[in-house]
Amino acid sequence: MSTIAVGGLNRTAALYQSVIGKKVIMAVTGFILSGFVLGHMIGNLQVFAGPEKLNAYGAFLQSLGGALWAARIVLLASVGLHITMAVQLTMLKLEARPQPYVKKTALVSTYAARTMIWSGPIVGAFLVYHLLHFTTGQAHPDFKPGDVYANVITGFRNPAVSLFYMVANILLAFHLYHGVWSMFQSLGVAHPRYTPLLKRVAQTFGIVVGLGNVAMPMAVLTGILSL
Amino acid sequence: MKLTLNIWRQKGPNDAGRIVKYEMPNVDEHMSFLEMLDVLNEDLIHKGEEPVTFEHDCREGICGCCGFMINGLPHGPQRGTTVCQLHMRQFHDGEELWLEPFRAKAFPVLKDLMVDRSAFDRIIAAGGYVSVNTGCAVDGNAIPIEKQSAEMAMDAAACIGCGACVASCPNASASLFTSAKIAHLGLLPQGQAERDRRAVRMVAQLMEEGFGYCTNTGECEALCPKGVKLENIARMNRDYLKAAILYREENASAGGA
Amino acid sequence: MAINLDAKIPSGPIEQKWNKAKFDYKLVNPANKRKYSVIVVGTGLAGGAAAATLGELGYNVKAFCFQDSPRRAHSIAAQGGINAAKNYQNDGDSVFRLFYDTVKGGDFRAREANVYRLAEISVSIIDQCVAQGVPFAREYGGVLANRSFGGAQVSRTFYARGQTGQQLLLGCYQALERQIDAGRVKMYARHEMLDVIVIDGRARGIVTRNLVTGAIDVHIADAVALATGGYGNVFYLSTNAKGSNATAIWRAYKKGAAFANPCFTQIHPTCIPVSGEYQSKLTLMSESLRNDGRIWVPKKQGDTRASGQIPEDERDYYLERMYPSFGNLSPRDIASRAAKRVCDEGRGVGPGGLGVYLDFSDAIGRLGKKTIEERYGNLFEIYERITGEDPYSVPMRIYPAVHYTMGGLWVDYNLESTVPGLFVLGEANFSDHGANRLGASALMQGLADGYFVAPYTIGNYLASIKPGGVDEDHPECRLAKEEAEARIQTLLGIKGKKTVDEFHRALGKIMWDKCGMARNAAGLEEALPQIQALREEFWQNVTVPGSGAEVNQSLEKATRLADFLELGELMVRDARVREESCGGHFREEYQTEEGEALRDDEKFCHGAVWEYQGSEQAPVRHMEPLIFEHVHLTQRSYK
Repeated sequence: MSTIAVGGLNRTAALYQSVIGKKVIMAVTGFILSGFVLGHMIGNLQVFAGPEKLNAYGAFLQSLGGALWAARIVLLASVGLHITMAVQLTMLKLEARPQPYVKKTALVSTYAARTMIWSGPIVGAFLVYHLLHFTTGQAHPDFKPGDVYANVITGFRNPAVSLFYMVANILLAFHLYHGVWSMFQSLGVAHPRYTPLLKRVAQTFGIVVGLGNVAMPMAVLTGILSL
Repeated sequence: MKLTLNIWRQKGPNDAGRIVKYEMPNVDEHMSFLEMLDVLNEDLIHKGEEPVTFEHDCREGICGCCGFMINGLPHGPQRGTTVCQLHMRQFHDGEELWLEPFRAKAFPVLKDLMVDRSAFDRIIAAGGYVSVNTGCAVDGNAIPIEKQSAEMAMDAAACIGCGACVASCPNASASLFTSAKIAHLGLLPQGQAERDRRAVRMVAQLMEEGFGYCTNTGECEALCPKGVKLENIARMNRDYLKAAILYREENASAGGA
Repeated sequence: MAINLDAKIPSGPIEQKWNKAKFDYKLVNPANKRKYSVIVVGTGLAGGAAAATLGELGYNVKAFCFQDSPRRAHSIAAQGGINAAKNYQNDGDSVFRLFYDTVKGGDFRAREANVYRLAEISVSIIDQCVAQGVPFAREYGGVLANRSFGGAQVSRTFYARGQTGQQLLLGCYQALERQIDAGRVKMYARHEMLDVIVIDGRARGIVTRNLVTGAIDVHIADAVALATGGYGNVFYLSTNAKGSNATAIWRAYKKGAAFANPCFTQIHPTCIPVSGEYQSKLTLMSESLRNDGRIWVPKKQGDTRASGQIPEDERDYYLERMYPSFGNLSPRDIASRAAKRVCDEGRGVGPGGLGVYLDFSDAIGRLGKKTIEERYGNLFEIYERITGEDPYSVPMRIYPAVHYTMGGLWVDYNLESTVPGLFVLGEANFSDHGANRLGASALMQGLADGYFVAPYTIGNYLASIKPGGVDEDHPECRLAKEEAEARIQTLLGIKGKKTVDEFHRALGKIMWDKCGMARNAAGLEEALPQIQALREEFWQNVTVPGSGAEVNQSLEKATRLADFLELGELMVRDARVREESCGGHFREEYQTEEGEALRDDEKFCHGAVWEYQGSEQAPVRHMEPLIFEHVHLTQRSYK
């Protein structure tokens, strides 16, 4: 097979169009979103401190006004870009190996790494539900604007809802477990001494966020938290 | 020992392939895997059937010709080994094996277990070199090179271009291959002048060839017969990012390639 | 046609010959270079370097290789290193010493002027490779490291772990890819050369088969360079790659290029022994291992104890005993024959008694396992993969195997064969190594020819001719193409009972038994009719499945073997006539009382140059006398 001359191709520096550029956008938006996820969880854990604390926290956030909207816009944009990149990259992946293997063995890749493309959309769907459920209330039968604590308790009393929350958050933990390490690699940060450490940090991050988020519906279901 | 082989047979690039089953009643454990296939092929020729086509040349693990999937793993179950170096003592009596070509859009199957990997050559042609014409070199010791940099460059340069990284990658990405060359040359003083251009052009070619992208799963590193490290991909990402942000396009009047 | 064996050696002192030649060579005007085209066959160190450099100079280059990529040529498998007279170690090396060692190592059967040029150029090769980014081993201070190699008492071998050939070839391949990208070289991978086209007495092109589609094509150029490697695979089992073949040089020979010293083959002392009937190739363990490994066999015949059970005083470190000053670093031919001798005495180890120990326990004790691992880690790993034994704890078993062919197409000082316009580079020519090649010199020669010699000499040739003038429809082109097609149809049409490999194994056995490590008149007399009979049977009883219009590996093997079956005969003829022992050519009748090679400088201080006379007649042997002005002919002693 003759190798033809390859000059004249469009070998230009188009960051957005390149696979590495797309991964960088994934990494940066992922970084923002995982920061949010952590902050969000810490804020919400105030549910264990009682209704006053949590409702005050909710009121405080609402009082931020413009700043809150700015944060929301950044987050929404991040989610949008993160998903867009994911979709584009998945299309590329499907194109890159049109004929699948009859038999394929995965050796070292984690379940988390291989299932990003499933954990991602499920978490995405959960996000929409979560907003409708606790932020805007359309998906909450007993929604009381302003009474965050009551909304949490009445919402999680429904076992189906709680179960969905727990499953989605376990998937989110997996997603973070791979994603938080992966974003460093995508941004070009790797070193034999620090990479194993980063992986452990990512693992811990996933577990902490997962446990924290699962703790809330669990506490409501088991009656530890009630009105 | 006795083995059952399920081998992907495909007449040509445009034919549909299928798995065909062969029984190997008498396999010696000291044979190499390719010698085992030689025995099968001699048998097939005597029976008037077409032998199984597989790529091979040096049979000592360095030319990078050989490589196919054995039970879903490129080059088979032994780590750090090409299929020509793999010996039958790695298998046990009665085992059933599945042999398939490396699969990727950028690696079209030519026949049976043989694929076209010329995409790799085109990636190197895009920038995997130091532009130094014969005759214009300075003395070999004129530029000292830190031993560790030389060793790391060598680690990356050990890539044999077999394609196992692409084959093992869930996304059929050629990031490990491309990054190994970017890292090899980027770690040496001689490679600095073209570092940005190299990253930009090689990554562009990588996409042009239709390889997938890297999701940092680490399969490539684990399956690379020469132990090329995932760290190289981070290095490529770093070089590319810097280059993509700061690189100035070559314009025709200034003279291109 | 009278054959012209003028070596065209420039006049003047040996140190100035190459400079003088470079000045005397005619030049092609830079603007005219693109009007000339050059075909380069083979993309190993010699071919790859030549194609890249000719491209850089501005010629139109077409490069061919049978592998799927130019990066896979068998130069890649060279392990130990590359020599250069840099004298970075301050241990007394010089261009003259490298020249002297090479001539002596070759047992005084090489041309002085060529070898001197090789030693001179060796220095620039290292510089060029470093500039390309070849990651040679370095010291902590950042300077290049060196190791010792057989046949030399200075440390002049540069290396990149045990993968020096790979790294040099990748440097060369990258330079080639750069020219491909620039459009200066057009690369034809998976193309096998089937014939040379000679028009009006000049090489004007080649016939190729596309190994994917089966298409037979004609390619025309103003000059043709063959850099297609050696012919060790005539023995079936060798350290060569499975695809390495002699078709290009053999076809050239049949078109009028003389073949020199075909019987000079090198048997490498350190290879992994054969393990069974199914064996498809032999794997080399780098000679560099002999820096730290000690070679021994039991003193007692038929000693079947495990290596560890044999006490120190019952071991015979025979190289250290017989050659105290070079010891385990004796040259290859000497070390190989010594191994054969102790095995013939019944003191060999391992299955069939065909092996000797290469033991690292002393070195591990002295330097520690880590140092040994740093130096030879990948070689130890290769050994472990193949044999299933751990060389850190039990000694390696090694045995000699066919490795390199010093013989090849005759070339003059300009690397031009007896066919004008046909240049031969690297292992494919006969020029620099005489009757035995020293370790780490093949890489040196390949790159010297490719980067620094051929680009000058081919330019000189082109400057003397007008570009173009023939096309693919020329009657000679059509004829060559038709012949190639007919040959393939014949092979496919025989549909006999035996496979190509069965014939190849049979040829290999004849060659190894009768024309291998030790040869004698009686054996060589027997071999000739045996090879002829085998060849006849091949053309009647071979079976080649499939068609010619697809990937057909059996057909590739068959066309290559058909040529080996003819080449083997020429090797036997050459070995029979050369009634002396020198280097790799050991005639049992001609040895000293101690069993060393006994040269006959009176009668055989010449290159034997064979000229093809058609298939019906025996070839004619010509002689190129060798004149030594700078090196004194001595009995080689490594004691």
